[in-house]
Amino acid sequence: MSDIRDDRQYTKTHEWVMYNEDGTFTLGITDHAQELLGDMVFVELPASGDEISAKSEFCIVESVKAASGVYAPSDLEVIEVNESLEDEPELVNSSCYDDGWLVKFRSGDLGELLSYEDYQEVVDSE
Amino acid sequence: MNKTCLNSQHIELGGKMVDFGGWEMPLNYGSQINEHHCVRNDAGMFDVSHMCVVDIKGNSSQDFLRFLIANDVKKLTSKGQALYSCMLNESGGVIDDLIAYYLDDDFYRLVVNAGTTEKDLDWISKQSEKFDVSINHRTDLAMIAVQGPNAISKTYLAIPGTEDICKNLKPFNAVSVGSLFIARTGYTGEDGFEIILPEKSAEFTWKMLIDTGVKPCGLGSRDTLRLDAGMSLYGSEMDDSVSPLECNLSWTVDLNDKDRKFIGKEALESLRSDGVDYTVSGLILKDKGVIRDHQKVITNQGEGEVTSGSFSPTIGKSIALARLPKESSGECNIEVRNKLLSAKIVKPPFVRNGKILV
Repeated sequence: MSDIRDDRQYTKTHEWVMYNEDGTFTLGITDHAQELLGDMVFVELPASGDEISAKSEFCIVESVKAASGVYAPSDLEVIEVNESLEDEPELVNSSCYDDGWLVKFRSGDLGELLSYEDYQEVVDSE
Repeated sequence: MNKTCLNSQHIELGGKMVDFGGWEMPLNYGSQINEHHCVRNDAGMFDVSHMCVVDIKGNSSQDFLRFLIANDVKKLTSKGQALYSCMLNESGGVIDDLIAYYLDDDFYRLVVNAGTTEKDLDWISKQSEKFDVSINHRTDLAMIAVQGPNAISKTYLAIPGTEDICKNLKPFNAVSVGSLFIARTGYTGEDGFEIILPEKSAEFTWKMLIDTGVKPCGLGSRDTLRLDAGMSLYGSEMDDSVSPLECNLSWTVDLNDKDRKFIGKEALESLRSDGVDYTVSGLILKDKGVIRDHQKVITNQGEGEVTSGSFSPTIGKSIALARLPKESSGECNIEVRNKLLSAKIVKPPFVRNGKILV
């Protein structure tokens, strides 16, 4: 039974996106995704300032089992990346919605994201 | 899927169950990395009841095994002594790797892999026709492997009566304690026991071990442990088309007795005189990332292929075993997801008794 938070939105590719009060967004991967992948050993993050186009693979989370791409939900500009993941990639497993966040970004138009109920359906159908 | 007699225990303990060669087995109970560390630093245990125990009995037991396998059981002289061997086909290729125990002059025990059980039993049965032996697949037995620096002391605490009988047990030897068959063997590079026991005693024994603080560990950690201990996995480093000479298992082939005929001997002797082109070496990745099976390796002697790639929690880096051109050494490149990553060629094992060797 994977955990899905109701304080944020989701994508079909198992990322979560949360709106921050200062107008930026934070992104990470969901509990469903981290559970499937298993123990994380490396996280490849973009650099602050990088401009990423929608749907492109802009991070990689690598577990003992497999490497998995993380996709940009929209055209975005990376503002900050989670440096703790360099030494503690396991935060993505233990705290995927909080301390295991991947990037903070700015985006003009996020487009269609899934509500937490819609994402629950995606997970149930897998 | 087949289930071992400990299946309900795994589910109760939160095991993430997967299909392993037709058996429902626990991949991990939460974190395979923690389980790996537990075995290297303390004590962990594995349900390995899916493996196959075959008892060979009869007057020709020794003759039969001296014919069947490439290592020579004649050198096992004290009861309970064991050896590791490959079982070869006529072309010298490895049908399986196994452990053979000498229990008595007319009684030997083999432990073979789960994934090759059917193939092995058919082969053993066919080869035994000319010998005065009975082959008994012991489906009534379960197996628990307790491994780690504290594995033996915790086993003594968990199972009363074992300490007195086992305290002088040397590595690669086994002894019976009542209906428990306790072998000082393992697949992790740590000290410990592999306990073969009646299925009906398995759940109780498992629970007693849990009570002494032995951590249940799944197949995920079993694989990272054997890999950083430099141990081969049948199906990865060797298979029916690979001879022991090409996967660093020459040491398991005993050619001392020139008169002993064993299956695959002729093929091996001609391979030896022709020379082999490939051997299995270790790789340790310098960059971030994880080496995966079948990735291409580019060495100073040509191209090779990764046979087992993963991550070593003990070392904190990705490691692998790979089939490389003979004499490959130094630095090499591995093709990982369209990039070339830099690695060092090393001689396995990577870790032994908790110490990093590379």
